[in-house]
Amino acid sequence: MPQKEKKTGLIFFPAFDWAISETHPEREERLLYTKDQVLEEGLLDFANIKEFKPGIATYADINRAHICVPDAQNLTTSSHLISAGGAITAAQKVLTGVVDNAFALVRPPGHHAMLIAHGARGFCNINIEAVMVEYIRHTYGIRKIAIVDTDCHHGDGTQDIYWNDPDVLCISLHQDGRTLYPGTGFTDDFGGPNALGATINIPLPPHTSDEGFLYVLDRVILPILDEFKPGIIINSAGQDNHYSDPITDMRFSAQGYALLNEKLAPHIAVLEGGYSIEKALPYVNVGIILAMAGLDYSHVREPDYDSEQIRQSADITRIIEDEVQNILSLWKHRGKLKAQITGASSYIRREKNIYYDTDNIMEKQTETVRVCNDCGGLVMIDSAADTGKKIFAVILPNQCCPQCRKEGETFFGRVSSSLYNHVYFQDREKDIFIVK
Amino acid sequence: MILGIDVGGTHTDAVLVENFELRKKVKVPTDNANIMSSLLSAAQKIIAGENINNIKRIVLSTTISTNAIIQNKIDRVAMVLLAGPGLSPSTLNPGKDAFFISGYINHRGVEVQPVNKDEIGQVNRSLQRENIRQIGIVGKFSSRNPQQEIAVAHILENDQRQFSLGHRLSGRLNFPRRIATTYLNAAINNIHGNFVNEVKKFVCQVAGDIPVYILKADGGTILIDQSLSCPVQTIHSGPAASIMGLLATAGIKEDAVALDIGGTTTDISVFANGDPLLEPNGITINEQKTLIRGLYTKSIGVGGDSSVCIKNGEICIGPERRGPAVALGGEIPTPTDAMIVLDITALGSKQKAMDAISPLARDINLDIVSAARAILDKTVAIIAANVKQVMDEINNKPVYTIHELLEGKTINPEKLYVVGGPAALAPDIAKLLGYPYKIPEHYEVANALGAALARTTAEITILADTEKRELIISEEGTVMKIPRDFTLEDAISAGKKALRERAAKQGADPADMVMEVTEAQEFNMIRDFYKTGKNIRAKIQIKPGLISAKKT
Repeated sequence: MPQKEKKTGLIFFPAFDWAISETHPEREERLLYTKDQVLEEGLLDFANIKEFKPGIATYADINRAHICVPDAQNLTTSSHLISAGGAITAAQKVLTGVVDNAFALVRPPGHHAMLIAHGARGFCNINIEAVMVEYIRHTYGIRKIAIVDTDCHHGDGTQDIYWNDPDVLCISLHQDGRTLYPGTGFTDDFGGPNALGATINIPLPPHTSDEGFLYVLDRVILPILDEFKPGIIINSAGQDNHYSDPITDMRFSAQGYALLNEKLAPHIAVLEGGYSIEKALPYVNVGIILAMAGLDYSHVREPDYDSEQIRQSADITRIIEDEVQNILSLWKHRGKLKAQITGASSYIRREKNIYYDTDNIMEKQTETVRVCNDCGGLVMIDSAADTGKKIFAVILPNQCCPQCRKEGETFFGRVSSSLYNHVYFQDREKDIFIVK
Repeated sequence: MILGIDVGGTHTDAVLVENFELRKKVKVPTDNANIMSSLLSAAQKIIAGENINNIKRIVLSTTISTNAIIQNKIDRVAMVLLAGPGLSPSTLNPGKDAFFISGYINHRGVEVQPVNKDEIGQVNRSLQRENIRQIGIVGKFSSRNPQQEIAVAHILENDQRQFSLGHRLSGRLNFPRRIATTYLNAAINNIHGNFVNEVKKFVCQVAGDIPVYILKADGGTILIDQSLSCPVQTIHSGPAASIMGLLATAGIKEDAVALDIGGTTTDISVFANGDPLLEPNGITINEQKTLIRGLYTKSIGVGGDSSVCIKNGEICIGPERRGPAVALGGEIPTPTDAMIVLDITALGSKQKAMDAISPLARDINLDIVSAARAILDKTVAIIAANVKQVMDEINNKPVYTIHELLEGKTINPEKLYVVGGPAALAPDIAKLLGYPYKIPEHYEVANALGAALARTTAEITILADTEKRELIISEEGTVMKIPRDFTLEDAISAGKKALRERAAKQGADPADMVMEVTEAQEFNMIRDFYKTGKNIRAKIQIKPGLISAKKT
């Protein structure tokens, strides 16, 4: 039972006139019953819950988080600008002290959109949390930020954008990638060479129930957050871990979501997936809003809830316990890992194949990171998609050290634009974005 | 001729209107201990010497029920609640005689858990034992499916009891507000019923068979007999009378703001294309939020008699009133005193006004006239700032579609209408707001005029679900079978028919049944990637406005 009432902002934008396609899970109907439930419960009449209209994100906001190919304008529609704008509005209300915390209950979602974006993947065009995080750093100067992704799918887009950033802790808990899209997010994906431990993946076996989620929260997530000491905690609040979700296989409940939210106490929650639109979303969202506002959520329950039916097996409990040990040991030894991984190299290179399921695009990427002890390190990406687009990007991190800056600027000057459709320069520290 | 009577807090006004012209007006003081007598005395005064047979209708706006609520002189009510899962019952406020029983409906209007007859039997025995006769029955999502509320009422029915069912009072969603609305309806049932009886007796004695209407909070009228089933709609009609009075006296056609500047407060109302705005969810009375359809007003604690003082070298106005202006026998300086010092109004004693402002002037190192000017500047600035804030809130109301967010209509006031004692402040307020002002004539009896000329309003809410093959009209308690290929257009035309019948029953003139579809949405319902049906929602209203009949 929550202790203290908090002032909670709600940015509700169900986009009742937007769908990926008529029968797609991301369709007009998705938040219809959630809206009904929120209104019927009278949540907006509580003195400590206030609704705000979403703002509209600008292309400059997007260019702080992404390299959109060919550009942000071509990759987004108004729906994306509004859902990212809604996340930004949530941040503004929290960080200017209008509210204590805020929930951007918006769609379309964003956590599968990666740093380089050639199109839409996993229903996402742009990463609305990352756009918001960059807005927060740019506007309010907060350095350390944690994103806890509780969507059932691995938050691979958010992970990709912050892979090399030691100041943004990305924790994703999700259904094991061997059994679900996007098929990634294993425990040994632990961050780039200069940001080891700033990416934490917690894959959970199918049929994990409230017990398993809360165990991981108590044993891994909260202790790591305590050590990391973020200035702000963001929850990518996907709701597809619910036992009734049609496209996943987990056993989480509305009570579980509410309790998780209460314990995590995020400053900002942003809706991601969740497609059990009638049986789960209305109850899960009411539970989350009440938990954020510090109100009694103990009576929020799905009509067909049966704790026995969704209890996890002893096997699952054991698997999760082992995994928790494994992750904690990695976290404990993260300081020693860098030398093992980088050896004597001054640059680390990795190859990636990225599939855009929503837009059916295949991309090949080579990412090169400068091994650096003073900042997140200069990142350069060579990317070619089967759309025929070939691009090169130079990315300077926040708090960029002079050496990485010097080398980055030199590379950007040298790279020949005749070899690429576009060459991008993204300076996250000075907020500069150049295309040649 | 139409006879309009408005019982206000201090005065009861009566008007006779003939062919849209004010023929006669009467003002008597209101006796708040006996409102009925004030109403009858105003009525008797105005019909004296008139040919009663020329009166075609009578419209009343009274504070009887509202006062009963504010003074807590209301009946004991038992609330029977089908709350289902969700908010904790401890956050609800259903009064001390509340019975939470099993059974609930979900967001789609599907019965998830049936009611339990044994439980209702127990409730029945408790009601018997306590001899509670006013019963409110409210279910969560009952406006999506009224059948459980109806079933519970059926089981509890006996001759001694009167029932108020949540779904009949509003089709909107909001369970806590539905509880408050239903509670109040039950609590004033008797008081309102007695009032209606007395009015009918009086009309029968003096005039025979003239239709009598009563004004609702939404600025619309309803036949007095029809109001017996929904008395709660008639509370808080005072602000509505005032707004309808502005429409009647000022002929508002554009986006506009109106101010009713009184002694203690200033009421702000807003018009879009000449239509008064409604509260988005319902009115708030006695700090209780309800689903009662009502005209939008925002009341701020600044008026002609607000107390004025100096705190830390700053002029403070209101929010409390501590008696009339010093110039009129009060003890605390007010904006009215400042107006008298500046010769803006010729009331009372100018010397007393000067004496009242003088110590304030000293505190802020100004001469008396400059201090009076500063006090009025501050008064005007507070009012203008509040108007700007109201417009900001209205124009930034959350919307739920991309289309509305990008192209939604905003209200941009073109004119300021000002009524009330200190209406002379209008030019200064208008200057700060940047649009011209108008002070309508006859505003001293505007409320009675507004009541006299208001049309009958009504609203219905439609939910059609082609998977369930069911159409529900909450306010009418209708549950109807529909074919699988039912469309939004079908829903709207079924709704218009129902609204026409409802409005006719409530006393609307066919010429005034201008219908407006305020909400029309249609969603494909997809389950497992296949379309299973359509979920259709619509709201249709006859909006508040003036009657159109040429001959009155």
